[in-house]
Amino acid sequence: MSGEIDRGRRQLLTVATSVAGAVGVAFAAAPFLASWKPSARAKALGAPVEIDISKLEPGAMLKVEWRGKPVWVVRRTPAMIATLGTIDDLLADPGSKQSKQPEYAKNHSRAVNAEYFVVLGVCTHLGCAPMSRFDPGDAELGADWPGGFYCPCHGSKFDLSGRVYKGVPAPTNLEVPSYAFADAGHIVIGMDHQGVA
Amino acid sequence: MVKRAGILVAVAALLWPLAASAAAGGYPLQEAGTDVGNLASLQRGARNFVNYCLGCHSAEYMRYSQVAEDLALTEFELRESLMFTTSRIYDGMLTSMPAVQARIWFGNTPPDLSLIARSRGVDYVYTFMKSFYEDPSRPTGANNAVLANTVMPHVLAGLQGGQQPRYETTTTRDGRQIQHLAGLDPGAPGEMSAAEFDGFVRDTATFLEYVSEPAKAQRRSLGVWVVLYLLMFMALAYFLKKEYWKDVK
Amino acid sequence: MAGNEAAPGATGKLAALGAWIDERFPMTKLWKEHVAEYYAPKNFNFWYYFGSLALFVLVLQIFTGIFLTMSYKPSAAEAFGSVEYIMRDVEWGWLIRYLHSTGASAFFIVVYLHMFRALLYGSHRKPRELLWLFGMLIYLVLMAAAFTGYLLPWGNMSYWGAQVIVSLFGAFPWIGDALVEWIRGDYFISDITLNRFFALHVVALPLVLIFLVVAHILALHEVGSNNPDGIEIKKTKGPDGIPLDGIPFHPYYTVKDIYGIGGFLVLFAAAVFFAPEMGGLFLEAANFEPANPLLTPEHIAPVWYFTPYYAMLRAVPAFAGTQVWGVLVMFAAILLLFFVPWLDRAPVKSIRYRGPIYKVALLLFAAAFIMLGYCGLQPAAQPYTALSVIGTVYYFAFLVLMPWYTRIDSHKPEPSRVKW
Repeated sequence: MSGEIDRGRRQLLTVATSVAGAVGVAFAAAPFLASWKPSARAKALGAPVEIDISKLEPGAMLKVEWRGKPVWVVRRTPAMIATLGTIDDLLADPGSKQSKQPEYAKNHSRAVNAEYFVVLGVCTHLGCAPMSRFDPGDAELGADWPGGFYCPCHGSKFDLSGRVYKGVPAPTNLEVPSYAFADAGHIVIGMDHQGVA
Repeated sequence: MVKRAGILVAVAALLWPLAASAAAGGYPLQEAGTDVGNLASLQRGARNFVNYCLGCHSAEYMRYSQVAEDLALTEFELRESLMFTTSRIYDGMLTSMPAVQARIWFGNTPPDLSLIARSRGVDYVYTFMKSFYEDPSRPTGANNAVLANTVMPHVLAGLQGGQQPRYETTTTRDGRQIQHLAGLDPGAPGEMSAAEFDGFVRDTATFLEYVSEPAKAQRRSLGVWVVLYLLMFMALAYFLKKEYWKDVK
Repeated sequence: MAGNEAAPGATGKLAALGAWIDERFPMTKLWKEHVAEYYAPKNFNFWYYFGSLALFVLVLQIFTGIFLTMSYKPSAAEAFGSVEYIMRDVEWGWLIRYLHSTGASAFFIVVYLHMFRALLYGSHRKPRELLWLFGMLIYLVLMAAAFTGYLLPWGNMSYWGAQVIVSLFGAFPWIGDALVEWIRGDYFISDITLNRFFALHVVALPLVLIFLVVAHILALHEVGSNNPDGIEIKKTKGPDGIPLDGIPFHPYYTVKDIYGIGGFLVLFAAAVFFAPEMGGLFLEAANFEPANPLLTPEHIAPVWYFTPYYAMLRAVPAFAGTQVWGVLVMFAAILLLFFVPWLDRAPVKSIRYRGPIYKVALLLFAAAFIMLGYCGLQPAAQPYTALSVIGTVYYFAFLVLMPWYTRIDSHKPEPSRVKW
């Protein structure tokens, strides 16, 4: 019954049980942490939104809600498209290197198809909704204003591809969400060939 | 002696749940024999449900997208074979029959079936689907042995064929004669043989069992690993305890 | 544990941190007093697992309960749907729900066994009367927590169970109807009742429970634990002032209780993963239908842990035009338990040294309690009504006659040292 305490065996058993217990606790904690991920309902409500662009006039803008945020679709006129790339020296991130957009929106038109511009209507400064100021030579914004977006909250300016001007509070270009053309008359926001956003 | 008696009492206490009741309001229920792990059965059952039940009954808590994921269907297969209404893929399985209309036509709203297999039991659902019989006194021309005077029509009559009730007379203790439904006999045949129809109903019941608890298969398979791990942990903890308790004289 | 892998300097730093804390907070003092130098009798047996298991289940219920509250909606319109949302849409929601529902039943299994241990070994006797009283209060609050919690899923059994039990209070003369309306906050069990039961179940009762459990443990540590031989180990101390039959709680009982928790978890996990409904005992079938004030379930029964008292309630017939007697009997059954420390007059504590009268009486008491529980689950018909009457009479006889039969019972001399 009495004997020396085998410290080695005792330590081995303690470590083994502690490690096994720790592994168990980690596996037990995982479901609780995972339960914070967006639920199926959140995914359902945040599901891709399909919009009908067949009736959108050139120069006009459609607004739709996706995942609680405003998404704008602007049907740019040839004149509007022509201005893209002409004021790059006024822009903070003309190549959209620091801004958020899918790979296919890193071009000048920041779009799959230059005619239709899809963008999140959320100013990258503090989240206000910028106003559309598509007419060139706007009274407030100056004679050489080529057209674009203007945020009334703190005066940030963006061009017709949502690219941010230098010297304004907003740091990056307006975000372009993932989207794809379902067919010539319909765009799906929130999903592209890579799947759901 | 006290210890032994105590163990007997404890065992009795643990076994008492097994004295659960079987029949529902009298009519004996048949065993459904479902297996929610059987993918093929689930897929057939889903198709049956959508074609024969969804016309009146919704399963509002069952999302189409979840059905696709659990039944290994691609989105294309889902839309092709299971989605006939204007529902979108993330929506629950809702019937297109307006509840108000249903009340007017049937006198009662067809209940949502999301949880029917849990609130009534799979055997009930299975037996119910098989127990319609011809009854000219009812507005639908049919009655059901499991749910007497149901307003649900014999939707599966084309597949099952008709059934005739068989009554038995019994005498009560105070000498009265009462007739009760003893069983159902096959009448005019339907499209399916008895065995085929049995399989049809079983598949549908399997799907409804799945709908009532989509996580069931995952729960059981995960459970095996969890219990095995805990047995291993318990063994380790036992050896640790024994080692330290060598100190205690 | 922590100092093993680090460089030598780290252990010194850790000790310095410990000293800094100890100057401002009694960390080491509490650790020593309640764990490392709390001397518990060395002869604890199987019946002594259930205290630490009860604490474990309490923590489990609070933790899983918090996560359920993140997704549950306490309104009559949304509650049922929110539970299905948890079961289907929330990732792992089904597991969190089953842990909580199985945990509720596990809590009562563990607590009933824990209480039985006290009756076996006389843990309710002087100087542990207050410990028993705190325990009884915990039992009461636990029953209130379980009752309020059961309404929350807003299933049909939730609704009708609450309806029946709350209506019981209407049996009291004069104040009955006002009392019922006050509890409900409405003229029927409604959204208002649900919301307030939610507040009680999620906030008020857990806070009270935690306070009572702390008090319970402090009361225990003040006098020291009892043991299967029922003798006071503090009466025989060594030259260092440590009871000869005592061993420090850490590491001996920490290590033993970890094993106990492991064993408990095997059974618990088996229930959670393979039988969460437990044949309708843990999750009743009728509760998978939403609450329907117009349709009573075929068979209303409270959850299994309340059924012994429900059987007593139904065993008492109406007298003088009122049902209040059954309600009073039910409350008396629980209240009488508070007095057990003073009803028990035996000269020894543990059943090991008591005579045959108490041994048989206690065994029959446990059997009667289980039988009453079984009868409470059945419909109110024969032979269950007759058996409930027998069970109720026996239950009260066991307690009311205790001062008499514990005194006339024989007993064996208690040893001075524990049996080891």
